[in-house]
Amino acid sequence: MSNFLSATIGRKVFMSLTGLFLILFLTLHLSLNLFLIFDDSGILFNQAANFMATNPMIKIMEPILALGFIIHIIWATWITLINMRARPQGYASGDQLLKWWAPSKNMFILGGMILVFLVLHIFNFWVKLKITGDPLLAKATGTAAEMHNTYALVSNLFINFPLYDLLYVIAGILVGLHITHGFWSAFQTIGLSNIKWMKRLKFLANLIGVIFAVGFSAIPIYFLLKF
Amino acid sequence: MADKILNKIYVKVWRQNNPTAKGRFETYTLENISQGNSFLEMMDILNDQLIRGGKDPIAFDHDCREGICGSCSLYINGHAHGPDTMVTTCQLHMRKFNEGQTITVEPWRVGAFPVIKDVMVDRTAFEKIQQAGGFISVNTGGVPDGNTIAISQDDAEEAMDAAACIGCGACAATCKNSSAMLFLAAKVSQFAKLPQGQVEAKRRAVAMYAKMDELGFGGCTNTGACELACPKSISIAHIARLNREYLKAKIAD
Repeated sequence: MSNFLSATIGRKVFMSLTGLFLILFLTLHLSLNLFLIFDDSGILFNQAANFMATNPMIKIMEPILALGFIIHIIWATWITLINMRARPQGYASGDQLLKWWAPSKNMFILGGMILVFLVLHIFNFWVKLKITGDPLLAKATGTAAEMHNTYALVSNLFINFPLYDLLYVIAGILVGLHITHGFWSAFQTIGLSNIKWMKRLKFLANLIGVIFAVGFSAIPIYFLLKF
Repeated sequence: MADKILNKIYVKVWRQNNPTAKGRFETYTLENISQGNSFLEMMDILNDQLIRGGKDPIAFDHDCREGICGSCSLYINGHAHGPDTMVTTCQLHMRKFNEGQTITVEPWRVGAFPVIKDVMVDRTAFEKIQQAGGFISVNTGGVPDGNTIAISQDDAEEAMDAAACIGCGACAATCKNSSAMLFLAAKVSQFAKLPQGQVEAKRRAVAMYAKMDELGFGGCTNTGACELACPKSISIAHIARLNREYLKAKIAD
């Protein structure tokens, strides 16, 4: 087992499994976020946010999710450093085979940019919800139970700070690009692919990538245009 | 129709006297090169010119010159085996180049393939990977009747596709991680699909994988550059099989 963990394939299996787990998380995240668009009163979104904040299963998953992110990031750095060492001297004529922008060639850079956004994102919402609090959170209406007005926090950011809208749209696109390679690549790494399924998985990867990019970007754009 | 003549081309080649020497690029001018020439014929003409001028000729690997031995290498203008698809360098023709063009010729840049001289690299690392597990047991004694071992056409085709690997190293040379995974996958896959390969199946992928890591090749990130560079168009689907074989063996451990 010890040599499995240190072998290149072992390291990649960690990337693959944490990556797929994070895609599952993002699917849930996007589904709940779409309440922001489909209910302007904010009641549905507030209820969803309240469910996520109070449900015991979600509470258990929260540290696991954090661990998933941490492993994915640390392992990516580790693997990238080892892979760079495998070619001590580069090519003067570069690589003309794959385009410079191909997501598969830029997974670490895309991931790094997403990480920068993730820190910003956590400061925008999670820190205010869980630690510092915010005056906007205080007055949730339309429901019987006491809950944070998360909708107000989100809509305020997207309506009043166009720069944030731009950053969130860019981040949505980056996540989409990251997944167009990451999704099928994860299956390839754990051996769940073959000549037929590779095409299907690549198609699914592109589809999920587009759904995530469009879905996440649509939310700030909606608030910017509507209000 | 006669082939066109390139009046003048410039060849920028990596020159390195020995494995430890510091290399550098040198640019040579060649005149009257027929587009019908193969790339290696152009290199021969260049070497002839160098020898006549009292200079050291460029050392490069070549043998069969018909695309099956896997000896020739060369990274030409940002492409392993040059700017053509499904060919080795010896099958590349000068019609892929233009009048007055500067052609950059580099050795495979892979840590595990040290430069021996100029653009010639030591690919012993591939032999070592092969020796670690790329073989089957064959019993001595009478020859069994071929019809007793039934193999489906699909399996035979897929094994043969993998067996087309000539071990040239273009996959590792073009991979941004200098990974030997496509080579490894081909060598594991050609046996994994056949009954004859089952005897060592449990240890083959594990042993070859361990050897690849030990030799300092990078890991696969599934960019797919290798299958584009591969002169035999070996699919990266074989890499999924390699991973499957490896994980199956490891889980059973």
